[in-house]
Amino acid sequence: MKNDLKIVVVEADRDRALAIVDTLKDEGWNSVTVLGDATGLARKIAALDPDLVLIDLADPSRDALEQVSLASSADARAVAMFVDRSDDEMTYAAMAAGLSAYVVGAPEPERIKSVLKTAIARFQVTSQMRRELQVAKQALEDRKTIDRAKGLVMRAKGVSEEEAYGLMRKTAMSQNRKVIDVAQALLTASDLLE
Amino acid sequence: MTHPILNCGYVPLVDCAPLIIAKELGFAEDEGLKLNLLRQPSWSALRDLLALGHLDAAHMLSPMPLAMRLGLSGQTTEVDAPLVLSTNGTVVGVSTDLAAKMRASGWIPDIGKPKAFTDTLSKATDRPLRVGVPFPFSMHRLLFEYLVADLDAATAPSFEIVPTPPPLMSQAVADGEIDIFCVGEPWGSVAVTSGVAELIMPGAAIWASAPEKVLGLRRDWIEANDALCGALIRSIYRAAKWLGQTENGPLASEILARSEHLDLSDQLIDPALTGRLVMRSGRAPMQIDGFLKFHAGASTFPWRSLGAWIGQQISELHGLDRERTMIEGSNCWRSDLYRRHLASSHVDMPGASAKIEGAMVHRTAVASTRGQMILGPDAFFDSKTFEFPELN
Repeated sequence: MKNDLKIVVVEADRDRALAIVDTLKDEGWNSVTVLGDATGLARKIAALDPDLVLIDLADPSRDALEQVSLASSADARAVAMFVDRSDDEMTYAAMAAGLSAYVVGAPEPERIKSVLKTAIARFQVTSQMRRELQVAKQALEDRKTIDRAKGLVMRAKGVSEEEAYGLMRKTAMSQNRKVIDVAQALLTASDLLE
Repeated sequence: MTHPILNCGYVPLVDCAPLIIAKELGFAEDEGLKLNLLRQPSWSALRDLLALGHLDAAHMLSPMPLAMRLGLSGQTTEVDAPLVLSTNGTVVGVSTDLAAKMRASGWIPDIGKPKAFTDTLSKATDRPLRVGVPFPFSMHRLLFEYLVADLDAATAPSFEIVPTPPPLMSQAVADGEIDIFCVGEPWGSVAVTSGVAELIMPGAAIWASAPEKVLGLRRDWIEANDALCGALIRSIYRAAKWLGQTENGPLASEILARSEHLDLSDQLIDPALTGRLVMRSGRAPMQIDGFLKFHAGASTFPWRSLGAWIGQQISELHGLDRERTMIEGSNCWRSDLYRRHLASSHVDMPGASAKIEGAMVHRTAVASTRGQMILGPDAFFDSKTFEFPELN
């Protein structure tokens, strides 16, 4: 699962970038791209469409990424942060606040590893939560649509709620479609005819 | 007795001057404050540290408090602006390549004619144009969006906003990453000196009195630190007043250049403070009056109508409810705090806390707490006005 993550490392210092890439590869994250040049950063990142962006907290280019995180929808990318001075207090404060920004004491690979693991785990939990929330919202929307369509069928055919739903389900099955699709088609048709 | 220490974040730009002057000239100390100025690498870093409580106060782009309150930028945090740190001070420029195309389409440079500039843009190119601004929530961006908002959609090029850190703006133009920029000085001048860009106009040509940076404070901090908040507002107000006196210009430039807080030489600081700008490489500098204002025309006063205007622009950019966003915007511009904390300092204040934005083409005398004060000009380039329907 974790091997699927596409990671972009924004780091102008070649040695540091390589050290980070090595650490990531050791941990099984193989899809890592390094961007060393600050100009056009947002455009390049949008083109790469990564799951995670790692950038130094002290890098002024961080502002260039603001738009990137605004543009992405439900699966907003996490931005993990490296910083030369380690600052545990801020790391935990940032994590507790649910920020997609994490501070790492950069030079020691062991520390990078442990904080990255936490950052990525947290990213996966929040994106899972976002997906679940999205699914729940969709289910609620679908339910409303189906209820409205049921009402239409009940009035048109003079049948009970249960029978109306049965009819919609039968139609859906025979046409190899979902009940929600049938319901939507019904509502569209009825809007047109009104 | 030890003074309470106040951690104040800033981004190293000329317009953070009131904070540096408040510290260096001892205005903060007079108020019993030790101002600990903490340089931040980016607006996002400054924003997060303020939200997390690692900073008590911050030098902020004027739309940032509302963006933070609305949860559009970082975690949702209630941030208020009790004082405007600076007004204007930005420039709009284009790449030399685009300037050449515009000249070929008959454009004659005139800093007083923003409309001629945007009309020529439509004629000079039909490809999308990339516009560099320092941050998605900046007056730079709002000014540019306002400038092009009413262009004919059928003929105007499309614009893509590309947030670019100011020190990298010149390089981004050189690399062809951006065609147009709106940025604070000295970064426009740097692009001109590098020969990659030409300045079109100051941001003030779009809006003659655009609040650029504000003092940002978390609302919970304000509520828990009333006395400290007052001391901070008074010391920064004194610094802004000092900076507003023309005769202090050369000394201000020297203090800023020598201070450990900015990495800018006096050659880079001077154009911003004096308003003498070289618009095109090799040309003589041009004098732009009121280029960067710290105090003139009661510019430190956080008019609630300024917050409302920002709210209106943000509601349009982000598809939010106009009325509600305007009210939210006006609520974070705390003229009440400004009045209360400066009342004891015999500071002259406007009689009202909101005004019709854009109504003053010239300087205008209005009623103030001590008689009369001079405001403006504050006109928009399209002569429109903005009224925030609120009782004072």
